[in-house]
Amino acid sequence: MLVINDLHAAIDGKPILKGISLTVNAGEVHAVMGPNGSGKSTLAQVLAGHPAYEVTGGSVTYNGMDLLDMAPEVRAQSGVFLAFQYPIEIPGVTNAYFLRAAYNEIRKSKGLEEVDPMEFLDVVEEKLKLVDMDVSMMSRSVNVGFSGGEKKRNEILQMAVLQPMLAILDETDSGLDIDALRIVANGVNALKRPDNAAIVVTHYQRLLDYIIPDYVHVLAGGRIVKSGDKSLALELEARGYDWVLEAA
Amino acid sequence: MITSVSTPVSTSASPTVTFQEQATAFAVSATDGAPAPLAALRTAGAEAFARLGFPTTRNEDWRYTSVSAIANTPFVAALERAVGTLEAATLEPYTFGGTWPLVVFLNGRYAPALSSITTLPDGVRVMHLATAAVQEPELLARYLGVSAPADRDGFTALNAAFAGEGVLIHVAKEMVIDVPVHILHVTDASGAGVMSHPRHVLIADRHAKASVIESYVSLADVSYFTNTVVEVAVDDGATLQLLRIQRESPTAFHVGTVEARQGRDSHFMAFTFQTGAALSRSNVFTVLAGAGCGTTLNGLYMLGATQHGDHQTRVEHVAPNCFSREAYKGLLDDASHGVFNGKVYVHPEAQKTDGKQTNNTLLLSKDAQIDTKPQLEIFADDVKCTHGATVGRIDEASLFYMKSRGVGQLLARQLLMYAFAADVLETIENDAVKEALEQLTMVRFTGETHH
Repeated sequence: MLVINDLHAAIDGKPILKGISLTVNAGEVHAVMGPNGSGKSTLAQVLAGHPAYEVTGGSVTYNGMDLLDMAPEVRAQSGVFLAFQYPIEIPGVTNAYFLRAAYNEIRKSKGLEEVDPMEFLDVVEEKLKLVDMDVSMMSRSVNVGFSGGEKKRNEILQMAVLQPMLAILDETDSGLDIDALRIVANGVNALKRPDNAAIVVTHYQRLLDYIIPDYVHVLAGGRIVKSGDKSLALELEARGYDWVLEAA
Repeated sequence: MITSVSTPVSTSASPTVTFQEQATAFAVSATDGAPAPLAALRTAGAEAFARLGFPTTRNEDWRYTSVSAIANTPFVAALERAVGTLEAATLEPYTFGGTWPLVVFLNGRYAPALSSITTLPDGVRVMHLATAAVQEPELLARYLGVSAPADRDGFTALNAAFAGEGVLIHVAKEMVIDVPVHILHVTDASGAGVMSHPRHVLIADRHAKASVIESYVSLADVSYFTNTVVEVAVDDGATLQLLRIQRESPTAFHVGTVEARQGRDSHFMAFTFQTGAALSRSNVFTVLAGAGCGTTLNGLYMLGATQHGDHQTRVEHVAPNCFSREAYKGLLDDASHGVFNGKVYVHPEAQKTDGKQTNNTLLLSKDAQIDTKPQLEIFADDVKCTHGATVGRIDEASLFYMKSRGVGQLLARQLLMYAFAADVLETIENDAVKEALEQLTMVRFTGETHH
């Protein structure tokens, strides 16, 4: 599904990613871990097409297409979804309007009919239950006045409604208490299918107790320095990152 | 300066002199036999305009707005033309679906056939200014030219000189009126080259509550000049809401002045919506004369092409324990130019004044421009006054967030622009008008008709 080959990226001329190669197949969950400043979030943002990052080398192929050549909205319409580490507040645009606009843009790109507000409410209702959100949250401005946990649940709600092929979760666990973490993880797990995949970027192993990864990669200095299965995450939790960095 | 009415206008004559000649001639000819309050106002206006002329950019209050385009254009006074006609159904898109009392001015002339002021709520009087001058000369004399004296500035003077069209709205004490009175100014193709100087007088007596809509629309893309003065008296404990909707033709000139005087514990609210005219200037001035009163002045301006839109507010805190709230927002596209100048003047006696003012503008193109200036002059020591102005562009982080959900560049921008405008529209209490203005805003940015 996704083939990242020797990816280099910089921000303001400063190199952050220095040769990342990673292959993600349908049905797989990959965890990307690493210390602060290792480039985890940059990788997530580059895959989503954030304009602040400049790709300086390498390639990313997504379902046979050149992902780096696609506008961010085209990536989203093609099934790539980034759950933001810091979800953006948009005063004046209701959650319902925003999410329906996104849902309809994606439907339009597939040649499907747009849905009206009533039809959309049906689509959203069951997804709200998945993340334990009240329907009243839909009439509030996007993320405005939401608690940290509500913002993260809202990200998962968007993911549930938009049904991406490739979900990238950027530190979705940061700042969550254990109950919120469980809700978010349950949401992600419920959306898992054999034909989609997820990249879970996290600093802590804790989330991986709930979202079981098939592969764990350790990022440091803009490169993947170690890959393994879920036991690697447990080892990182027990021993910290230093031993991996030293070994690299 | 010596001017003579009989001198033919030569090509080298200063344009102001032309207006001056017109004003003087009109004041002389129309004062004969005119009811006393109007005659006095016209004479005072002609004298004041001869002295003041049009303001220039050397005047601090007009620094960013040159009115030479108005001064250099010849116009025919509306009062010197006959009242036109129009199919009543033509006005339907502009009446907010309301069955409210409606006063229509067509090309600057009162159009009784298009108006409906026969069935008014108890306690409300709506009268054509000329009628009021005959039937209620004493009432009118108490208010006409009082809060907006003829010598306030050149435009108010010109308005006074050509006084004759307008409406008196009087709400008796303790009357609470749920429906607004709508003053609709319409210009059609035959209004090309016309200047109109409506003067409206709005009076809310003690503990009355009322609202007035003052709107300007055009049915044809023609050039004309509207110069309105609205005098407002909000008596003790009264509440008056004024919704001003300026949607003039894109080639028109518009100057609109509101001057209010507020009594004890009163509340005056003015919302100014500005999208029309090539050159427009809105003045909203209020004097907080009675203790414990308050004013809320909000506005939204959305300009494009080479439109120029200027907003001036002046809140004069005379009495103690009063509040003022101001929020003006603007979206400027293309090579449009916006101006905001918010004056707050706190007299030494006006202790415990609570004033807050904000002006936020989004620039949608690199050629758009805003000059924004808060102007606080505070002579009392126990007051709380804040102001803030922001000028920005569409937030890139929000844009990327929307795109990352599949929303394309165009729609994402449109939604963010609408959202920026929407929160100030939220402050409009009249739901029908609020929804209509939300629709107008939405259509302007998205072409969609639902939200």
